[in-house]
Amino acid sequence: MLEIKNLHARIAEDGTEIIRGLNLTVKPGEIAAIMGPNGSGKSTLSYILSGREDYEVTEGDITYNGESILELDPAERASKGIFLAFQYPVEIPGVATMQFLKVAMNEQRKARGEDELTTPDFMRRVKEAAEQLKIDPAMLRRPLNVGFSGGEKKRAEILQMALLEPTLCILDETDSGLDIDALKIVADGVNALRSPDRAVIVITHYQRLLDYIVPDTVHVLYKGQIIRSGDKELAQELEANGYADVIETAA
Amino acid sequence: MNIQANQPAAKLTVAETALVEAFSAQIGDLPGNGAVAGTRDRLLDDLKTAGLPTRRIESWHYTDLKNLLRSVPEQVAGTKVSSIAPLVKGSTVLPVLQGAAHADAEIDGVTITAFRDQLSDGSAVAGLTALDKDDAIGRLNGSFVRDGLALIIPANAEIEDVIELQASHGEGQIHTRFPVSFGAGSKATIVERHRSETDAAALVSSISDLTLEDGAEITWIILQQQGAADTHLAQIRVKLGAEAKLRLYVVNAGGKLVRQELRIEVQGEGAELTLRGVNLLGGDTHTDVTLVLGHNVPHTNSTETFRNVVFDKASGVFQGMIRVAPDAQKTDAKMACNTLLMSDDGDFSVKPELEIFADDVICGHGATVADIDRNHLFYLMARGVPENKARAMLVNAFVAEIVEELEEDKLVEPLEEIISAWLDKHA
Repeated sequence: MLEIKNLHARIAEDGTEIIRGLNLTVKPGEIAAIMGPNGSGKSTLSYILSGREDYEVTEGDITYNGESILELDPAERASKGIFLAFQYPVEIPGVATMQFLKVAMNEQRKARGEDELTTPDFMRRVKEAAEQLKIDPAMLRRPLNVGFSGGEKKRAEILQMALLEPTLCILDETDSGLDIDALKIVADGVNALRSPDRAVIVITHYQRLLDYIVPDTVHVLYKGQIIRSGDKELAQELEANGYADVIETAA
Repeated sequence: MNIQANQPAAKLTVAETALVEAFSAQIGDLPGNGAVAGTRDRLLDDLKTAGLPTRRIESWHYTDLKNLLRSVPEQVAGTKVSSIAPLVKGSTVLPVLQGAAHADAEIDGVTITAFRDQLSDGSAVAGLTALDKDDAIGRLNGSFVRDGLALIIPANAEIEDVIELQASHGEGQIHTRFPVSFGAGSKATIVERHRSETDAAALVSSISDLTLEDGAEITWIILQQQGAADTHLAQIRVKLGAEAKLRLYVVNAGGKLVRQELRIEVQGEGAELTLRGVNLLGGDTHTDVTLVLGHNVPHTNSTETFRNVVFDKASGVFQGMIRVAPDAQKTDAKMACNTLLMSDDGDFSVKPELEIFADDVICGHGATVADIDRNHLFYLMARGVPENKARAMLVNAFVAEIVEELEEDKLVEPLEEIISAWLDKHA
């Protein structure tokens, strides 16, 4: 489904190379965890997958369902089913949350040649998804993410994910800033979206989230490369021993 | 030494000559009794002597009217225009068509008079003034004004329906005046709308003269939708009494050469001014909003926020002068001017000025000029919103924030529609 081959990428502005020959394959239905110490390139990878223009791919390729996505802008990638749940969702004053949701859903539908949602259908979908994630409807009447607490922002990200029904979900440090109750709600939300044709990449620093979203594969990212891959046991090993052992073995 | 002596009256420009000739051509035809006629003569004379203001006049530094006003459109007789649906559904519309007022609408308790009648009987003469030696708009309008609407809202009246003063015109010269007095404790919402029905050029001057007696609570929305070739020279003069509350919104969404002056005197303790402006600038246009605000007594508040969006080769100006009188202690005034520059060829000049003669006041100002926030753009695009649409949403959001402060849906929604429609056309 997702294939990253020998990917090299740098920060467009100053040329700093962050991703240095990264290889990764994610299959439909798979939950892949990407772990690594700070500064290893985890967030950069999530931005590159979603098409942020601050990064330049200098070598290698990313294919999604057999097609290279490097030339696609973020909106085109989104309509192909790639979704990034942001580590720090931005607040946008003046953009009403409901209006944003409706525009996003309908623009993606349009891009895929589907009919736009009717207002009642849209409202029903939002209401159902919000209930499941225990999101207060009052929150949705506010401008996008404005005044949301850290936990509310993360829940709002998962709400968007549920509504947009992506085929590849990238969760960038979704556990950061969440207390245990909020973490469970978010994890339940993600687990509810598990399906044989949907893949999830969970980017995290800690093993904690992986107790709730159990991965099929675990990959260690270090200095812009995957230095080790394994199953969920690898995450536990990292939690027990830290990254030092893995890094040393790889070196 | 390079001393420039006062030069003798310079040669008149094409536009100045046209104005003088237009005045001569209309003598005897302009409404007004003897006193009004005398005042008109004097104002035109001053205009002729001073000439149209140039960049050497400080208050006109960024809008060199002498240079920018290249010509004056001919007076056109018989131009037919009609009124349109009001901004706010259910409003009482008072039309001014091609400069001629229709004062036949009735609003309970409100006295509505055509301004031409006040010119004829001479009661208008006291208002035909220039506010200072550089008040070109006061002079121009005082010389040429033909009509308009005078409203008296009695004390304690609560006018439920919005009143829309709707000035529609085609090509030619239009000079209107809107003196409105709000009695003590009255409440009302007024839309002052200027719109053109053609792309042929018009020269419009318009002065609104507002008096808010003690405790009046008024919302006044200026909606400027002039044509692509129009010159719009406007002024709003405001006096705020004790405990009076004024929400003044200025939305500029049209015109080729626009100067909107806001001359506000806060004269009663406890008065509160909420001034908000949205300037939508596109094409090859020039728009200048100039505020002179006097906090003249203690314990008054004001906030001024302007949001400007600049496309194409448009240029914009905001001058904001706040004067705090020596005994106006406890004045609280905050001014902000934020601009989104959407084009490398556009520009916006901001000149905030504080003149504070009291020592116990809070006064501040801030100005920003920026492009669209890249983080915001990426976020929207990452959700599948195509770039042009995402940009439009963000520009809209930037100005919608100001409009939403009005809180009343009946005002917010139609204003947002006007803004979206403008952005759809220009973005």
